[in-house]
Amino acid sequence: MTTTPLLDVRDLVMHFPVKSRGIISRTVGHVKAVDGVSFTLGAGQALGLVGESGSGKTTTGRLVTRLQKPTSGQILFEGQDIADASPRQLKPLRRDIQMIFQDPYTSLNPRQTVGEIVGAPLEIHNLVPKSKRLARVQELLEIVGLNPEHYNRYPHEFSGGQRQRIGIARALTLQPKILVADEPVSALDVSIQAQVINLMQDLQREFNIAFLFIAHDLAIVRHFCPEIAVMYLGKIVERAPREELYSAPKHPYTKALLSAVPDVEQARIGGRRERIRLTGDVPSPINPPSGCRFRTRCWKAQDVCATQEPPLEPKGASTGVAACHFPEP
Amino acid sequence: MSRPFLSVENLVVHFPTPDGVVKATNGLSYTLERGQTLGIVGESGSGKSVSSSAILGLHRRTNAQVSGQIWLDGVDLLSLSDEEMRKHRGQDVAMIFQDPLSALHPYYRVGDQIAEAYRAHHNVPKRVARTRTIEMLARVGIPQPDRRVDDYPHQFTGGMRQRVMIAMALINDPTLLIADEPTTALDVTVQAQILDLLQDLQSEFHTALIMITHDLGVIAEVADDVLVMYAGRAVEYGSARELLTRPSMPYTWGLIQSIPDVSGPVDKPLRPIPGSPPSLVHPPMGCAFFPRCPYSKLVDGSGERCANELPDLLPIVSGHLKRCHLEDPEVMYQETPALEAAQ
Repeated sequence: MTTTPLLDVRDLVMHFPVKSRGIISRTVGHVKAVDGVSFTLGAGQALGLVGESGSGKTTTGRLVTRLQKPTSGQILFEGQDIADASPRQLKPLRRDIQMIFQDPYTSLNPRQTVGEIVGAPLEIHNLVPKSKRLARVQELLEIVGLNPEHYNRYPHEFSGGQRQRIGIARALTLQPKILVADEPVSALDVSIQAQVINLMQDLQREFNIAFLFIAHDLAIVRHFCPEIAVMYLGKIVERAPREELYSAPKHPYTKALLSAVPDVEQARIGGRRERIRLTGDVPSPINPPSGCRFRTRCWKAQDVCATQEPPLEPKGASTGVAACHFPEP
Repeated sequence: MSRPFLSVENLVVHFPTPDGVVKATNGLSYTLERGQTLGIVGESGSGKSVSSSAILGLHRRTNAQVSGQIWLDGVDLLSLSDEEMRKHRGQDVAMIFQDPLSALHPYYRVGDQIAEAYRAHHNVPKRVARTRTIEMLARVGIPQPDRRVDDYPHQFTGGMRQRVMIAMALINDPTLLIADEPTTALDVTVQAQILDLLQDLQSEFHTALIMITHDLGVIAEVADDVLVMYAGRAVEYGSARELLTRPSMPYTWGLIQSIPDVSGPVDKPLRPIPGSPPSLVHPPMGCAFFPRCPYSKLVDGSGERCANELPDLLPIVSGHLKRCHLEDPEVMYQETPALEAAQ
């Protein structure tokens, strides 16, 4: 018997229409932000989504939380497809899937107190009687390491790291099963990043929350997620357990991405890894290259790469999958 | 004895505010030679950007109190009048800012913005400045520079905009280039391209480069020397290799420990530095890092010395300075037993 994964995303597509200018605007094309993405996420697990800006990782996160309605594809949450769910049908689901945003400065309402921000979900879903809300808010603040007495303060009275904790407390209010964390620490100072990462890991263990962790920092993703998917131009090009992905990447793009990360450890031992210089920028997602989308920047590309799109499949003895005609050994 | 090319001596930058004086930089000193790269590391509010803006004379005299000396090629920049400073700014010293989208004017063509920087220091016709601009755009790797010169900033990608900023900064062949978090807003692949470019240009023009960043990985890639700042003061100063392998100040060690790596074991939890940086209006009396420092008890058993007495910036070995009472930094590298014994 196979068990249903908590989240099963199948062939997810999000195309944003591009309108022509003028009085009569016509749709002249589509930005193919997400173009056939599939993955599963088990309860209490963590999947990392990495890629450059414009790769579609953030859009994927916004689709999973249903902040946006996908063009096509399925999002099975506990076996139920939520891709087409109406706002009314979505309301109970919002309790189970919550989001942590990147920027702790713009994602908190400056005119609301912390108590109001963290307590708002309780009010909206009418879960806890008004008289007991404050106690629950204080409990949540304590969980994320803030002083529970600070519930009547405003966001500007907190530092960046503390604000991100407020955002996490708000996401935890409804005891979600999945947290979509979109670049949760990239706006924070290095010494504070580690505090927030450790907090999220503690919460994951304590409350058995599954994380969809979106980030461009490959070192942090490696630390947080046992499984990682690499996105390029709206598609997953490689998905593998972290040990495999970082030691033996199969897709040339993954290899190039990893080689670009400055590494303190390497400098300490005096060596410098060979860096693969990717030339040019990511092509336009309105007119992505035919066949393999990475071929325009790939040093291994041959004719077949332009005509045939490589399927995402296991390569060699690895447990991961990669979409490449000429995978790395 | 001749002075080093750039010598910042006892630089102090204070901002009086209604809540008290913000002591953003307190007695900062360092030197830099041409062709060398100095990395300045620190958290937000450590004074790394404020002290570097002082070199460009970007602090208005009406709202900032700046004292000390900044010698660049034999001239004390802080003694100059606004008028004289304007001649140096952009000509000898140039800066690359963190966010190219807010540093470029959205209404003007990028070519005009770059040419303006050139014409501010060279009395040449527009046509000449334009040719020079196209040359510079080509040099920083913008494809079809003769066409892109007439584009607006929003028509460029993030990486391309940062290249435009670099072209603008380098158009007058400055001898000192200050890059304030030049790659923080960029993807790793683009970051790698920009860092390569900066290093190529540096060796070509023999520029002195100050790289302000909070990313120790970037420091490891590009810096010859590193200055670690905390609460407006230098807390550690030394060669990049020495500082990254044998940090001698608990704050530096904390930074190194708190970042995950792309290689090495994954299962050990990160070791964050507890707490947050101190207020710059009411900084702690002794060592500014004392409230967050796990090693102060090893100094005299109670940590009282760290709480009350500001340590001096003293050499631990030749060329490697630290501001810390802890005599033997080796105890930091050991796992916790020494600490637990003290507690």
